[in-house]
Amino acid sequence: MGLEFLQLSLAPLLIGVLAAVACALPGNFLVLRRQALIGDAISHVVLPGIIAAFLLTGTVSAWPMMIGAAGAAVISVALIELVRRLGRVEPGAAMGLVFTTMFAGGVLLLEQSDTSGVHLDVEHALYGNLESLIWIDAEGWGSLLDTGALAGLPPQVARLAIVLAGLVAFLWLFWRPLAISTFDPGFAQSVGIRNGPLGFALVTATAVAAVAAFDAVGSIIVIAMFVCPPAAARLMTNRLGRQVAWSVGFAVVSAVLGYVLAGYGPLWLGAANSVSAAGMIATVSGLILAAACVLGPQRKRTGEAAA
Amino acid sequence: MMTAELIARDGRLITTPQAEDAALTVRGLTVSYGAKPAVFSVDATFPAGSMTAIVGPNGAGKSTFLKGLLGIETPLSGEVRVFGRTMGRARRDIAYVPQRASVDWDFPARVIDVVEMGLYGELGLLRFVTRGHREKAMAALDRVGMADFAERQIGQLSGGQQQRVFLARALAQEARIYLLDEPFAGVDAATERAIVEVLRLLRAEGRTVVAVHHDLSTVGDYFDRVLLLNVRRIAEGALAEAFTPQNLQAAYGGRLAATQIDELRLGAG
Amino acid sequence: MQWSDFLAALTFQAGYNSALVALGALLLGLAAGGTGTFVFLRKRALVSDAVSHATLPGVGLAFLLMVALGGEGRWLPGLILGSALSAALGLVLVQAMVSRTRLSEDAAIGAVLSVFFGLGIVLLTVIQTMASGRQAGLESFLLGSTAGMLRSEAVTIAVAAAVAALLLFAFRRPMTLVAFDPGYAAARGTAVNRVDLGIMGLALIVTVIGLKVVGLILIVAMLIIPPVIARFWTDRVDAMVLIAAAVGGVSGWVGTAISASAADMPTGPIIVLVAFGLFVLSLLLSPARGVLASALRYRRFQERVHRRQGLLAMARAEPIHDRLTLRVLRRAGLIRADGVATEAGRAAVAAAALDEARWAHVRRTDPGDPVLERYDGLTALDDLLTRDQLSDIDRAMPGPGIA
Repeated sequence: MGLEFLQLSLAPLLIGVLAAVACALPGNFLVLRRQALIGDAISHVVLPGIIAAFLLTGTVSAWPMMIGAAGAAVISVALIELVRRLGRVEPGAAMGLVFTTMFAGGVLLLEQSDTSGVHLDVEHALYGNLESLIWIDAEGWGSLLDTGALAGLPPQVARLAIVLAGLVAFLWLFWRPLAISTFDPGFAQSVGIRNGPLGFALVTATAVAAVAAFDAVGSIIVIAMFVCPPAAARLMTNRLGRQVAWSVGFAVVSAVLGYVLAGYGPLWLGAANSVSAAGMIATVSGLILAAACVLGPQRKRTGEAAA
Repeated sequence: MMTAELIARDGRLITTPQAEDAALTVRGLTVSYGAKPAVFSVDATFPAGSMTAIVGPNGAGKSTFLKGLLGIETPLSGEVRVFGRTMGRARRDIAYVPQRASVDWDFPARVIDVVEMGLYGELGLLRFVTRGHREKAMAALDRVGMADFAERQIGQLSGGQQQRVFLARALAQEARIYLLDEPFAGVDAATERAIVEVLRLLRAEGRTVVAVHHDLSTVGDYFDRVLLLNVRRIAEGALAEAFTPQNLQAAYGGRLAATQIDELRLGAG
Repeated sequence: MQWSDFLAALTFQAGYNSALVALGALLLGLAAGGTGTFVFLRKRALVSDAVSHATLPGVGLAFLLMVALGGEGRWLPGLILGSALSAALGLVLVQAMVSRTRLSEDAAIGAVLSVFFGLGIVLLTVIQTMASGRQAGLESFLLGSTAGMLRSEAVTIAVAAAVAALLLFAFRRPMTLVAFDPGYAAARGTAVNRVDLGIMGLALIVTVIGLKVVGLILIVAMLIIPPVIARFWTDRVDAMVLIAAAVGGVSGWVGTAISASAADMPTGPIIVLVAFGLFVLSLLLSPARGVLASALRYRRFQERVHRRQGLLAMARAEPIHDRLTLRVLRRAGLIRADGVATEAGRAAVAAAALDEARWAHVRRTDPGDPVLERYDGLTALDDLLTRDQLSDIDRAMPGPGIA
């Protein structure tokens, strides 16, 4: 059990947890700003970004693809804003228009280009392949201290850890202006907080989280983690700091429980094969949200008290 | 206090520049939503230590005027000076109280968290909230009679209490100019009295108060100056000169019956 | 891409199956565009995104159930029914979250969309590993695929799309009423809630029919893009529905034709891209709301503001510092390069001053005059009053020129 766990399960678990937390953190502000669907839009446009990067560089190495995906995410947000302003189109419709078009463009590019030699397909983009990220170099618990063996960890672990550290730093640095401009943009402007650039920075951080997580786990988890843990956390507490803490907890539980259920659940039910871990993690996060909707101590809206 | 009084007797308070000095000047401010100006080429001067009501009918651009001069709405043209400096360099001199209804009170925060937002100019990005900061925020809450509510969730407050919290946040800023958008809209009588009391104290300290105000009947009681606005500036000045039936008629047009004007206790009568 | 193939597909000459598919896509686009207009006007564009993603577990469960009952898992009507049921459940959950908890609609949509989709993927992986040789091809529901579609499937889609279009036609009146003015509709005794439910129900039907053609990720585009395009060309609800239906129909039809006439042209994405092309054209060229027209209008408006402000400053003999103001005045030939007023400039200054004086006079003497409602700082009284009214004012004014 020990060695098997280390080789087969430790890395996917770590990656799942890191990805879930990286998405849940900025997701808190997205949910409070009623921009939850920006996460949805961004994770749809990651596919065309990756394909464009592949067509430009001709390789499937990680960094160009991540840059391509992040670029596509930023472009999509700019396009949504452009369509909204120029065409005076309602934000929801503008968003739907842009991300479906970019996704369609991505699929067309994918079909038109010769990607048969490389592992690049829509299914992979949607639900990743968490199960395949194994740590074959592990020889026992001692390997956790062995730098040689650690170097054999899937590169996604280090990449996600760096991204997560960056996100924590970003939120720590901009916590105060983010909170103020989310609650009261007019006041924020009056004390010199620039709402526009700050909002754009938040969206960029979201895009970075989406791209890093997407590389490992596909876009379903990404959307689910942007929304479900923060939304469930909002129903647990009325304080911003505690909400973020709850959301991190929910993200970790979703990732761990989802991975375990996907890997071992079917065995317990007598089936031979495991099911999609990404899908299961999203499902568990949904169950947590459902529980919070029914039981969360702060689930009710505080009605406007009489003046 | 002794020194302050002595100086005051001399005719000049240290904290107050002479009353004629302008705290805030606005020249040619035009703000437009689409192709119809909401505020057109408005000039205004707010002397330091004065208390001005911005008055005009609904849709006259009163709030837009405040937002335009603060840069919350981008003006089409116009120039704003705060004690002779541009708005960008004078942020710390300004405390803005937006309309209560403009924010989502469902935001996860306590009363004290909102008041501490007023310390942003001091705290910046990373400085920790010290005991001194906390005391300053509590003192601001105390001034509006809300000290007991510091830990309360903001969504649980009544309209009047929400308005007091917004005012406390502005007090924590310790600014020289206070710009308030409809501070008395939808608040109870006790809150209205409490807010007026605080605003009067601010003026007594030599600070400048400008408030968008919709209740013509209280303008004379609360304020010493008035800016009548209806897209353009109709009149501006001390109550006696500017808050006249003719000017009100000009600002409100047919929407204000002559009898209503007669009922107002107007300075110039 | 072969032109001859494209034209053949476009004219329904590329074989019976292709013709059926093209006809189905056309009808589907028609129904989607029309339905989408109501969804769009009720500001629920992205609710339909949650609905479309929520179809996936239904597809999976229906497949599993049909196989368990010993039937053919891929039977399309069964899959459609299953997807409709789970989509309806997703819709109900979005509504419940918004009304029962403090979460806003965007969070509810995001949650339902991702969780249902995740559950659907779990079911797909179960199906893939179930029995060998049962490659169900359910992945085609993600992106749509008309290649190799069975005749029975094409017929099902064409008939269902026709039925959806008929339903749309039958219920257009109450939906138009509610979309145009829900308050008035309620006052007239229309059950707004029920009509809203009907609109989303119709969107749900369009979605499940479109799964096989466009796929569940992109079907929402067929509900959103046509009404956005239509909005550029009209302000009337009934006209919007017609235009959106036409745009949707054309996108479906042309898209399938392109897709059929070349290799590696997936149907769903092509349809979406055709619709997007029409959107870009509308965004640029619409006379009322297009980018080019608005840019021109804004520029003209800004120049009017600066011209008027400049003239009034000159009337008050104040110096002008604003560069744009100076440029506008100079270009209009009102001032010379050195800033001194030309003859035309002096006349314009006098006219502007006279107009201001007239406004001030009317405001003073007749504050109830409705013409004052038209004051925006730019419109001259000349444009609003008749000549005799103007001369009345001029006679009554204390003196000519600047007041």
